[in-house]
Amino acid sequence: MRYSGFRVIKEALTGHKGWKPVWRDPEPKAHYDIIVIGGGGHGLATAHYLSKVYGHRNVAVVEKGWIGGGNVGRNTTIVRSNYMLDGNEPFYEFSMKLWEGLEQDLNYNAMMSQRGILNLFHTDGQRDAYTRRGNAMILHGADAELLDADQVRKEHPYLNFDDARFPIKGGLAQRRGGTARHDAVAWGFARSADSHGVDIIQNCEVTGLRIENGKCLGVETSKGFIGANKVGCAVAGNSGRVMNMAGMRLPIESHVLQAFVSEGLKPVLPSVITYGAGHFYVSQSDKGGLVFGGDIDGYNTYAQRGNLPVVEDVCEGGVSLMPMIGRARLLRMWGGVMDMSMDGSPIIDRTPVEGLYFNGGWCYGGFKATPASGYCFAHLLAKDEPHSTATAYRFDRFRTGRMIDEKGVGNQPNLH
Amino acid sequence: MIINHPLLGPRDASEFTYLGDASLINRPDWQAEDAADAFYEYGYLRDNPAGEHQELWYHEAGDRSWLVVTRDTTTHEISKVELARDVARARGRSK
Repeated sequence: MRYSGFRVIKEALTGHKGWKPVWRDPEPKAHYDIIVIGGGGHGLATAHYLSKVYGHRNVAVVEKGWIGGGNVGRNTTIVRSNYMLDGNEPFYEFSMKLWEGLEQDLNYNAMMSQRGILNLFHTDGQRDAYTRRGNAMILHGADAELLDADQVRKEHPYLNFDDARFPIKGGLAQRRGGTARHDAVAWGFARSADSHGVDIIQNCEVTGLRIENGKCLGVETSKGFIGANKVGCAVAGNSGRVMNMAGMRLPIESHVLQAFVSEGLKPVLPSVITYGAGHFYVSQSDKGGLVFGGDIDGYNTYAQRGNLPVVEDVCEGGVSLMPMIGRARLLRMWGGVMDMSMDGSPIIDRTPVEGLYFNGGWCYGGFKATPASGYCFAHLLAKDEPHSTATAYRFDRFRTGRMIDEKGVGNQPNLH
Repeated sequence: MIINHPLLGPRDASEFTYLGDASLINRPDWQAEDAADAFYEYGYLRDNPAGEHQELWYHEAGDRSWLVVTRDTTTHEISKVELARDVARARGRSK
């Protein structure tokens, strides 16, 4: 069932009786070629690319709850590729390019909006750092544009330019960045994977991994044992729990990141904006709500809720950057649990267990990576070798000192 | 969260900074045969449990003591707070 303008008109004229559920609700088979644990954005994207690009159709996605009910439904929907380091930027730019063609690829409206992202700077040193980052982005084929204060003022006149402590000196813009509707991303990948024969099995919790003689034979679930030649784990946030079933300790801590949305306002923010002096990033949804967030709470947790000090910190950052939002009321706030890795960068790699593969450690930047993460994980699962843009995301980089530390804060997960 | 400081009584968690798993007290022996492996595991690998977790908190905006807090990572409930000094000595460090 393809979506098109013609289809919408036809359904409108015939009482919308032709819309059907867009993925099946199958019972698990006894055995699959590949099982992906985790029906979030990354797991569903993996299934999509496995079936569509790599031709693997005997694939299952096993999800504990309902698809899209985890972090893919809890993020702030920002899409960008403004990284600096060699290990990261080609991967995120690959992801950005996949985002640009995603709706055509999936035949699904993900509400991809390339409204741009602007990282503000407030000091000369920060300008130098952003210039360097922008140059690194351009060298890797991404787009970057350094704006001075007057150029920023023209586009965003409401910002607090002349703050005594943190005056806005300019910003680094990535015009191709923007936002996408996160739920639609999960649903679009699910629909596409299902149409290529992937079984999406919801309400099926993985309770164990069956490992014999160093080889993973399948997963024990609440719906019984399901065998597989290969098992891929894409459960970022809960990676520690699932990989513990294989006896692995990870270079990861689980932390909570809170996000917020205000009441609906008239259009005020033309792009995504990040504050350079505090941790605050904001965009405006199509419904009008200001969607924003800031720092993680900073302590290990698996609870999907945070505490008040961070709420205060984030809102202070927002109001100091754009005083006009001071009277806007907060509509909702929520928390999501993330894998905070030891260098702030993800892992897509084999594990010491044969037939068991891992995708995780996305810190609080997993959403923008969704298509490339799925693509690269599918590549690894299908070919047993890393995709060319994800060769640095190895487990052993911590042992060998090849860390990808964008922020340069070392092995302290709550600082990334 | 309120952390019940053993010396100062109940204090707001925002007065503290967080370091991580209290296993960081158990620094490996740098002269051991397997020191490279031991320091890799010490520096980078974590149990990251869902449930009871012993962790190091630093009372930065207070008396600057290090605490070992036992907290449930699924509920944030704190069941025990000790001075890290006492825990470290009980584990045989700094004798």
